[in-house]
Amino acid sequence: MPDVSLITMNIFDSIGAFFQSLYDQFVFVFLDGNRYMLIVDGLKNTLILSVFAALIGILVGLIVAVIRLPSNNLKNHNKFVRFLLAIPNWLASAYVSIIRGTPFVVQLLIMYQIIFGKSGMDKMVVAIIAFGLNSGAYVAEIFRAGIQSIDKGQTEAGRSLGLTSFMTMRYIIVPQAIKNVLPALGNEFIVLIKETAVVGYIALMDLTKAADFIISRTYTAYMPLIGVAIIYFIIIKILTKGLGVMERRLRASDSR
Amino acid sequence: MIVVKDLHKAFGDHRVLCGINEEIKKGEKVVVVGPSGSGKSTFLRCLNLLETPTSGEIWFEDTLITDPKCNVNQMRQKMGMVFQHFNLFPHLTVLQNITLAPVKLKLQSEEQAKENALRLLKRVGLSEKADSYPSQISGGQKQRIAIVRSLAMNPDVMLFDEPTSALDPEMVGEVLQVMKELAEEGMTMVVVTHEMNFAREVATRVLFMDEGLILEESEPQAFFGNPQNPRLCDFLSKVL
Repeated sequence: MPDVSLITMNIFDSIGAFFQSLYDQFVFVFLDGNRYMLIVDGLKNTLILSVFAALIGILVGLIVAVIRLPSNNLKNHNKFVRFLLAIPNWLASAYVSIIRGTPFVVQLLIMYQIIFGKSGMDKMVVAIIAFGLNSGAYVAEIFRAGIQSIDKGQTEAGRSLGLTSFMTMRYIIVPQAIKNVLPALGNEFIVLIKETAVVGYIALMDLTKAADFIISRTYTAYMPLIGVAIIYFIIIKILTKGLGVMERRLRASDSR
Repeated sequence: MIVVKDLHKAFGDHRVLCGINEEIKKGEKVVVVGPSGSGKSTFLRCLNLLETPTSGEIWFEDTLITDPKCNVNQMRQKMGMVFQHFNLFPHLTVLQNITLAPVKLKLQSEEQAKENALRLLKRVGLSEKADSYPSQISGGQKQRIAIVRSLAMNPDVMLFDEPTSALDPEMVGEVLQVMKELAEEGMTMVVVTHEMNFAREVATRVLFMDEGLILEESEPQAFFGNPQNPRLCDFLSKVL
């Protein structure tokens, strides 16, 4: 009859050994040669990139969305004025379809190698602009849908009080639209954060590039990749929670 | 105060207003009645240019407001409008709904506007709702607040576009009561409504519209007691 206590001891031993090797690997991959600093730098760049790109995305998206809204007071103008007023609308539509119709990596490379190719512009700035403009096109569509979802009566009520169309947009339509599109907007930012992982294409050291770098130094893929994946996951979890809180706050006026 | 000359409005091929001539004097309470699709709402909405007329002239306080160079926003500040569906701003409290326009247009300071709003709310008996959101109050309360919101701009004339049509029957009375009080204070009013009793009691003049034209207009007594136009007789026989 086999000794039961011996078997359990064996199991505990192998579990212990597993954690020991995990720990050893962790020390080797991240702590030796201060390689964790690569991760810290990468994380910093990923966050800077995401935050500023998101800000540009919101700004560009809002402007483009408003430009693309159907305007109903064109009838008062003559043909030439109508033609002039149609130009921004046309440009905005072209922008959205170009951004949505081409792969982001190609846009990033065009931005880096052609548009800013000879300018010697900081890589980070180039990446922020590329990501911001990309995100802007998607945010524009989200905002446009949000603005159009607001009842026409709201605009009429605002205008009938003598508010200008800009004021009506600013104080009445957009605040309601943002509340409605917050989930879609949050989704867009989650995509944006994860999409920054391709910024290694222009040799900017982000979180993913840092993992790549460590793999090439240590010849082990497991620890760096899983570690980086966990960090992305945590960032997005925090963002999701934050958006949830914001949504609840904005819904205060809906409560009964 | 308001003069309308040969007003036409068409939506594509569909002609809604086919030449309206009308003059509304200061202090008048004009009630517009007629079957649905007769153009009465469109007529009202043309008065403050929520609909752009196809042709014709509208004068408001000696300004030709159909002129493209006219400052429409300034004109609208003096012309309050109350809608069938209230159109309160759901993301703002009742108080903010009322003070938004006067404050943002820099007509009143924040404190003045608030004071004014609370005074008006008290008048319609809704002081305690100042900090509620529109979703928390009843339809009748919403419409009374919509009226207050327009009044906060100190308009010279108030336009009402079927103000009680979206209300539950038991709430119609409270809104009509506010409108009656407003009429007694001498406000110039143009009201599109199906409330014949209101027309009878409050109107100084009743207009009957059908197929884009004003077919009959007279004082309420003659209007209801001795209608001339056959279509008006037909209409009244159906609604009274």
